[in-house]
Amino acid sequence: MRVPFGWLTEYCDPGLAPEELAELLSMRAVEVERVSRVGVPSTDGFEVGRVVSAEQHPNADRLRVCEVETSEGTRTIVCGAPNVAAGQAVAVALPGARMPDGQKLKRAKLRGVESNGMILSERELELGDDHAGIMVLDTDAAPGTPLADVLPITDSVLELDLNPNRVDCMGVYGVAREVHAITGAPLAPAPWELDAEPEGGGSVQDLASVTVEVPELCPRFTARAFTEITLGPSPTWLRARLLAAGMRPIFNAVDITNYVMLITAQPLHAFDLDRVPGGELIIRTAREGETMTTLDGIERTLDAETVLVCDRDGPAGIAGIMGGQRSEVSDATTSVLLEVANWDGVNVLRTSSLLGLRSDASSRNEKQLHPELTIRAQRLASRLFAELCGATVVPGTVDAAAEIPAPHRISLHGARLDSLLGVPIERAEASAGLGRLGFEVAEAGERDLEVTVPVERHYDVTREVDVIEEVGRLHGLDRLPRTLPAHPDRVGGLSREQLVRRRVEDVIRDLGFDQIVSWAFVDAGLADRLRLLGDDERRVAVATHNPISEEHARMRTTLLGGLLDAARHNLARDVARVALFESGPVYLRESAGDEGGPLTGRFAGRMPPPARERHRLAGLLVGGLAPPTWRGSAPAGDAAGFYSLKGALETLAAQLGVALALSPGAEPFLHPGRAASLAIDGRGAGWIGELHPLVSREWDLPGASAFELDLAPLSDAFGGGEERYRDLTSHPSVLQDLAVTVGEEVPAERVREAVAHGGGELLVDARIFDVYRGEQVGPGRKSLALRLEFRAADRTLTDAEVGEARERIRRELAEIGGSLRE
Amino acid sequence: MVDRIESLRAEASAAISAAPDRAALEELRVRFLGRRSELTGILRGISELEPSERGPVGAAANAARTALEDELAARREALDAAEIERALEGEAIDVTLPGTPPVAPGHLHVLTRTRREIEDVFVGLGYRVLEGPEIEHDFYNFTALNHPPGHPARMLQDSFYIDSTTLPAGVLNERGLPPGPQDVLLRTHTSPMQVRAMEAQEPPIFIVVPGTVYRRDTIDATHLPMFNQVEGLAVGEGISLTDLAGTLDHAAKALFGPERRTRLKPDYFPFTEPSVQVDVSCFACDGSGRLANGERDPLCKGTGWIEILGAGMVDPNVFGFVGGEYDPETTQGFAFGMGIERIAMLKHGIPDLRLFFENDVRFLEQFS
Ligand SMILES: [Zn+2]
Repeated sequence: MRVPFGWLTEYCDPGLAPEELAELLSMRAVEVERVSRVGVPSTDGFEVGRVVSAEQHPNADRLRVCEVETSEGTRTIVCGAPNVAAGQAVAVALPGARMPDGQKLKRAKLRGVESNGMILSERELELGDDHAGIMVLDTDAAPGTPLADVLPITDSVLELDLNPNRVDCMGVYGVAREVHAITGAPLAPAPWELDAEPEGGGSVQDLASVTVEVPELCPRFTARAFTEITLGPSPTWLRARLLAAGMRPIFNAVDITNYVMLITAQPLHAFDLDRVPGGELIIRTAREGETMTTLDGIERTLDAETVLVCDRDGPAGIAGIMGGQRSEVSDATTSVLLEVANWDGVNVLRTSSLLGLRSDASSRNEKQLHPELTIRAQRLASRLFAELCGATVVPGTVDAAAEIPAPHRISLHGARLDSLLGVPIERAEASAGLGRLGFEVAEAGERDLEVTVPVERHYDVTREVDVIEEVGRLHGLDRLPRTLPAHPDRVGGLSREQLVRRRVEDVIRDLGFDQIVSWAFVDAGLADRLRLLGDDERRVAVATHNPISEEHARMRTTLLGGLLDAARHNLARDVARVALFESGPVYLRESAGDEGGPLTGRFAGRMPPPARERHRLAGLLVGGLAPPTWRGSAPAGDAAGFYSLKGALETLAAQLGVALALSPGAEPFLHPGRAASLAIDGRGAGWIGELHPLVSREWDLPGASAFELDLAPLSDAFGGGEERYRDLTSHPSVLQDLAVTVGEEVPAERVREAVAHGGGELLVDARIFDVYRGEQVGPGRKSLALRLEFRAADRTLTDAEVGEARERIRRELAEIGGSLRE
Repeated sequence: MVDRIESLRAEASAAISAAPDRAALEELRVRFLGRRSELTGILRGISELEPSERGPVGAAANAARTALEDELAARREALDAAEIERALEGEAIDVTLPGTPPVAPGHLHVLTRTRREIEDVFVGLGYRVLEGPEIEHDFYNFTALNHPPGHPARMLQDSFYIDSTTLPAGVLNERGLPPGPQDVLLRTHTSPMQVRAMEAQEPPIFIVVPGTVYRRDTIDATHLPMFNQVEGLAVGEGISLTDLAGTLDHAAKALFGPERRTRLKPDYFPFTEPSVQVDVSCFACDGSGRLANGERDPLCKGTGWIEILGAGMVDPNVFGFVGGEYDPETTQGFAFGMGIERIAMLKHGIPDLRLFFENDVRFLEQFS
């Protein structure tokens, strides 16, 4: 909403500069986004001139050489306008004057004649669109009179950023009321206080009638008629105000409707009475698929909830949004039927969003205006039709109104006011402030007030707490002291799951991975590009039905897609290697179960969440974890980084004291021979592997490894930092190495399990530290070296005890075709 | 005899301290202390001396021997040390070459870091951190937050609606019916957790809710369809607007520096009443609106203030939807919501929202 400062201060002038008033409004009432300027930057150098003579230029057909009387005597001005003539009062800019675009006017020689200034058109002063000729002033002012005394050539504009609850400030007088409330400066009587004097006999009821078929969607419809209208341009002051407020002047009858809306916030619509057959209007809902052409020349197809203003021949306007072309006011109009109606805001909002059609009217009507405003607008418009169009105001008003809502009467309890704001507010202060805002206020009891809400705030202020907000902002929110809540018994902190997530993110970061954040919505084609099979649950995504594009239509079911995209993005920019991770939810269609907390998609609240949002940690490695340095590059035999990635995951698990089990597995997007399933405490926890070459190729990657880990089982297995002390020093352990040869097809983990099983309780650790293949073990076999740690809690082990354990291990290994190398 | 011992000792001492290396030292040891050395000979021959001479000569010879052994050992150590020093001179490395850590540490995303900073400020004030679903019921996202259907405020936040046929079977809306086309959406703010949290816990309640939110905006430098917020909620007896002012003043100082000031302006949110906007004094121009060179500060547009968040006292209608212990007539509390991206942009001078989601390592690796 653009509020011209000169217009505003006509109703309430606190004597502040525009910027000062803007700041005060922002702090106490409504946000002023910026203060802009219309017209010239300074009034200096602009004055009224009188054309003494206008002669043909000796060297140019289209130019006239004028002698113009100004404050500094008569001066020569060369003018290109066809309408300049001796005797006219004109607007003159003298050399040195600054034009609206900031340019300084200079003396200039035009075809050999020196011009000492400029005779101005409307457009040059930003007072209108007309640039066909110069502006001829209707003034008796003496030559040399400052132009600003006779024309609004400059003004500031307060640009309000209004919230939807303040439709009252979509009218200049509403803003003036706020200025009055926050500064105490006197407020001029409302411009609609006086009605027009009707003339002649008869009554509007003889000319027009209204039938409202849908009173719940049209609580009030009023109409007045004006005859013998003289159409023409509006006076300069009115056009200047419309332009400053951001509306284009058209001609008086239309300009009046816009001007009145800009004062009252109530939209109006003028019909050409002669083009409304029988003056009969019907308010009804559209038939599904019914069409009409709106004022902007576009044919609109309507649905059954759209409310129409119709005449006998069909739709004449979409209620509260835009009129129709058929009966619009034109230069042939002599009689106007003025509609000022009140509409159901929800319906207007619905229709305007459905049609993608927003207008100055709809932006006000959709915020629900009060039915009383219709009469205000009729009164003010009637006066202007009489004054500016010479119209005859036909007596009477067509008024189809459902019951007008009773004003809200609200008790404001002093105790509640003080408690909610946190500071004591004097009852007199609250009472005075509310009074200035237009509330009727009466004292009640010792500390309370009974207030009646004015119509322009009827839908915004309905409860005690709304009144408290008004008192609080007028008092000054910036004046409130700073306190902290009591309640000393509260204990803050992160949940165990949140701690685990932070820990996991920190560890993986410390291991060399950069964290990415990618879009939660993905392309529907991602499932195919990841080679997910038909029955894979990751193919079944939750989808939005109004995505910004098809590339963002599905909610992700794996974090892998985002990592692949990010890797490609970086590799395409000459980055040689990337180690990336993401920590975030995937969105699954499986019904919410009972297990777990937020990491599994269980959240607080009575209704379960619609989908399951499991928190995952995923990583992707291209080109080795450690960057190549001057000392050499990544370890041999791990080109795609599988073991680096696995090592990182193992470190992660170890940091949390969690046992992470890997077993050969398969994922459609992984290399079939280089993929593993992850498990924690026997629960599936994700996957790790080298990417399938077809997938790497799809993302232009030279080969990569990746993992995706479900954080819920990890969090459940995490000890929570509550480890108990164990005595590992009183009885030292026995360390022994073991070399095992087995068939190439036996996985190392199977060997380790056999050793662990054979070792029994005394074997507390067994880890593989070497793998050997070669002549000594023969073809098709490999040798694994393990470091074993035996210990008993209550005694130092004897050689015999360890020997027995080794023997059991030997027997277990034999079962899987393994033998000890002694 | 004693004099001879003293002269032998003096001769040996001089030779030891002049010995150039370990070989020369060994030669000296053999010469002065070896089996055939004169001193050894003297010690062997003590029994053949006059009884009166045996004592003084024995004592002098033993003393000389011990002293020379010590001198030899000391000289040997000195020579060893010198030798090591000489060897090290040839082993110098270029200490200015880059270090090679076991792995180059990675980087947390600046949004994670900022989110944690905000969380920690409020944890310090006694708040718990809660999270909620991103795919949410319209009921929690709008209705229970006092946005009735058709409310103009719903238009402020253009939503992504979920195709209900893609939801799990058995999901029901708040009326106990299968969801319609506008019943489930991607949450447009973290505020739904206000209601969920209050449903799950009686007052007093002090929580912050970080999380991702979605609005149907076209991607540009200042708009993204997906971004992150932190919601806050404090409800308990007597909690007032001045408590809100003090809490957020503390948070602004914790996040932007102790010298920052805050101010509250009127604002509007359907689920708070009164509603406020919180501004922090500009840290680029220290609230003056002008940079050191006298130019208008572009960060705060010359106002000296930067908007950081919206807040307000929880609207009684929200308590009404929660019900139970939350009597709308008597319950009081405040709520606030801030954008994590916005805080990160302000703290680190990041100019364009898209950078957060582009995942370019040249961006990611600027923040650790
Ligand atoms: Zn600044």
